[in-house]
Amino acid sequence: MEAIMESHYIRVLPFLFEGLIWTLIITGVGLFFGFILGAIFGMGRLSKNKLIYGISSIYVEALRGTPILAQILFIYFGLPDLLGFNIDKISASIIAISLNAGAYIAEIVRGAVYSIDKGQSEAGRSIGLTRSQTMRYIIWPQAFKRMIPPLGNQFVISLKDTSLFSVIAVGELLYMGQQYYGTTFAAFEALTMVCLLYLAITVPTALYLRKVERRLDV
Amino acid sequence: MSEMITVNNLHKSFGKNEVLKGIDMKVKEQEVVCVIGPSGSGKSTLLRCLNLLEEVTSGDVFIEGDNLTGKNVNINEVRTRVGMVFQHFNLFPHMTVMENITIGPMKIKKVSKEQARKEAIPILRKVGLEEKADVYPESLSGGQKQRVAIARSLAMNPKIMLFDEPTSALDPELVGDVLEVMKDLGKEGMTMVVVTHEMGFAREMGDRVIFMDEGVIMEEDIPENLFGNPQHERTREFLSKVL
Ligand SMILES: Nc1ncnc2c1ncn2[C@@H]1O[C@H](COP(=O)(O)OP(=O)(O)OP(=O)(O)O)[C@@H](O)[C@H]1O
Ligand SMILES: [Mg+2]
Repeated sequence: MEAIMESHYIRVLPFLFEGLIWTLIITGVGLFFGFILGAIFGMGRLSKNKLIYGISSIYVEALRGTPILAQILFIYFGLPDLLGFNIDKISASIIAISLNAGAYIAEIVRGAVYSIDKGQSEAGRSIGLTRSQTMRYIIWPQAFKRMIPPLGNQFVISLKDTSLFSVIAVGELLYMGQQYYGTTFAAFEALTMVCLLYLAITVPTALYLRKVERRLDV
Repeated sequence: MSEMITVNNLHKSFGKNEVLKGIDMKVKEQEVVCVIGPSGSGKSTLLRCLNLLEEVTSGDVFIEGDNLTGKNVNINEVRTRVGMVFQHFNLFPHMTVMENITIGPMKIKKVSKEQARKEAIPILRKVGLEEKADVYPESLSGGQKQRVAIARSLAMNPKIMLFDEPTSALDPELVGDVLEVMKDLGKEGMTMVVVTHEMGFAREMGDRVIFMDEGVIMEEDIPENLFGNPQHERTREFLSKVL
């Protein structure tokens, strides 16, 4: 028993839990703002106004077309260098997740809203609801249901993406594991536990999503 | 009696495809006008121009004297006066029957929820679905869905009701209930424009029948004349196929 408690598998855990908490905070807060961005730009991609459509498309394509690693370096080193300010690592990470996930969520939102039958908005408009009332009371509630599975999927992707922020030494899960084996040389044990902790979040999420998907199917 | 709908030289194109080629039409208060014609002749498009679900290419549409193509029209307000019933019902699936009916009065007329529900009950009774108030549309038959859709329009107290083939998505045995509700409405004096393949309904309820073909009104008359003694070859041809 004592041998187990003394093993690196156990001794690494307090570090990893601290990292996991930061991973979850960055992912959670990042996705919160990412959803707001996604809702705005996703609707923008459905706009008939060419300017709004254009700006939204540039945002979506620019962020989906570049690696998130380049994005975090850009936010943490690039922009401060150009504009002469400092940004802390956690904020930079949250901004990177928000912007990156926002672009993917914009496509999720666009697809979900677009998938709602045109007859729904015609029925809403024909009783006299305004365009925005129709969106709010008729289209959005139906579309949001269809967004849940892909949003959950995005959560898993963004959660894993936060590991890339170890390059700027954010104390997230992977980075904390690296720190541990940097001093103890127990790389196998530390990385095994890192991966198990990722799986402890991602696998239940995936299982839950499959259940939700099945329920929405019927 | 005053004019509820006036259409002057209405043209509608989808891209290069001209679908309505100069429609003139008047509907008086309490009149029931049935529109018949072959598929693709522009019946739905005409109906949808009457509440601007389709943008008009040129010409004028007046509803109770308000010019829909004019600059100052508040189209949302006009639409509360013009109910529309669709072939595929288009009920809101995430709302109960009661919520489908009360959303309009609550959000547009700012009626309280209690008041809206109270006012919905006689409307539900009228379409024979009082006991279905709290179920979701998915558990209703097609005929019941269409009657809810009619109730949803009626809840706004419209002056005019537009019907676009309200029974053609229904199993034959369910058509009757919907037609009954529509007949009751007509008898109560509702102004109605009904695009339909139900010639029996047109004959019985129509004050006038309009035959459309290729984007124009070919012929219009009281049902006895249009069905009994059609003037145009195209009308005869069409009627021989459907009667
Ligand atoms: N949104 C649209 N975009 C392009 N073309 C359209 C659109 N809506 C209708 N059309 C075309 O307009 C023509 C008339 O269509 P409409 O639906 O008004 O005919 P209809 O008389 O109602 O036919 P049906 O009896 O089949 O319902 C058709 O050729 C159709 O393809
Ligand atoms: Mg049609």
